[in-house]
Amino acid sequence: MSTPFHPMLIIAGVLGGVLLVAPGLIWVERRLLALWQDRYGPNRAGPFGLFVVLADTIKLFFKEDWIPPFADKFVFVLAPAIVVMTVLLSFVIIPFTPGFIVWDVNIGILFFLAMSSMGAYSIILGGWASNNKYALLGAMRGAAQMISYEVFMGLSMMGVVLHAGSFNLQTIVEAQKDIWYVVPQFVGFMIFFIAGIAETHRLPFDIPEAESELIAGFHSEYSGMKFGMFFVGEYMGITLISAMITCLYFGGWLGPGFLPPIVWFAIKTFTFIGIFILLRASLPRPRYDQLMEYGWKILLPITIVNLMVTAGILLWMEN
Amino acid sequence: MFSIIRTMWLTFLHAFHKRETVQYPEQKNKLTTRWRGRIVLTKDPDMGERCVGCYLCAAACPVDCISLQATEDEHGRRYPEFFRINFSRCIFCGYCEEACPTYAIQLIPDFEMGEYNRQNLVYEKKDLLIDGPGKYPGYNYYNVAGIAIGGKGKGEAQNEEVPVDVKSLLP
Repeated sequence: MSTPFHPMLIIAGVLGGVLLVAPGLIWVERRLLALWQDRYGPNRAGPFGLFVVLADTIKLFFKEDWIPPFADKFVFVLAPAIVVMTVLLSFVIIPFTPGFIVWDVNIGILFFLAMSSMGAYSIILGGWASNNKYALLGAMRGAAQMISYEVFMGLSMMGVVLHAGSFNLQTIVEAQKDIWYVVPQFVGFMIFFIAGIAETHRLPFDIPEAESELIAGFHSEYSGMKFGMFFVGEYMGITLISAMITCLYFGGWLGPGFLPPIVWFAIKTFTFIGIFILLRASLPRPRYDQLMEYGWKILLPITIVNLMVTAGILLWMEN
Repeated sequence: MFSIIRTMWLTFLHAFHKRETVQYPEQKNKLTTRWRGRIVLTKDPDMGERCVGCYLCAAACPVDCISLQATEDEHGRRYPEFFRINFSRCIFCGYCEEACPTYAIQLIPDFEMGEYNRQNLVYEKKDLLIDGPGKYPGYNYYNVAGIAIGGKGKGEAQNEEVPVDVKSLLP
């Protein structure tokens, strides 16, 4: 599929957009959490407190960037870079509008899965290099959680792939012209959403960094901009999962014609980001074994049944 | 599953609730008259210092933030030579106010005492003394106390009779 945009323009647009949205989410999250807790949130600096983003960024930049003497220096520095890198690379396959996609590749979803699996490395390496028991515990939990939830994250998306007959996200979005895949694939959507929360280790699945048990989990020892990278990586992860949900189940840029496609895409994505934050505002954190049990004993069977039923129905309809 | 969705919905409804926040510098909470804040030293209605330097406040203070030195003027009236409260230590418990026999030391509803320099939180007598009787408008300690001071002899106080001379036999 040829694109009407210059490739460099697309790259700049995606990179700029993602890097603008990620810190912006600091403000969005704090305001929304405050909204749901009967508070105002940051509302002093600048219009609606928007400059709090600036203040936070400057603060992170000027904080002491301390590497503990007992840490493995090279890996310690490498870990936060990996999370940002993998998430940014995942954005490569997201079609924002028709043609506005960095890499229009026929293995889009597989690439996304590969990159999100790579993201687990940043947690493991960060926790391991910190040489701190809490960090290591957090990293181990993170690794176990991400591996187990990735299994059915991939499987839940296969229903969509069966419907669309392609791994290419652009093809998948265009196949939703008649009906969004959330209708035939509602179970798949729910599972993908839950797995997405676990994948970005957001509340209620923020077990790798459970403050009340593990201080801050895998990034206990991080400060300054290295912590900022984890932070931004997490917000970019939310954006990524929201964008993926939009593409896979809610018809991507498709929508009534009175708004341009990019606006539809943004509206849908930000709705899911809002739901992510609402989840944080409302749900407590499950116990670690509950999380694993929930994943392996409930979600995985449902996913497999969903996949088989979808495949069966599609085969039956073909004949 | 249902309870999770219900929780989320109820949390979402909080978006339309009244805010709990008081936007402090613009809006302020109403402080009641009994609110325990900044400490002041009050004066009699006739503008004499109430404090008699009895040290009871300093003794009652659990954090030892009050320091004073009593002295006496030419009329025999006791007053503090200096009176110092270290507000960086004060816990605003109000024990000094309760201990004070002359209603001199009082806590008032004011808490905005922020300073950039810690030393500025040490209030001297000139910072503490106010030109007024505080919470007890009509009270004048020396007018109800039996002690004789210049201009007021024994038995001249309110509700007081001239003392009986026990050495005399005359009725």
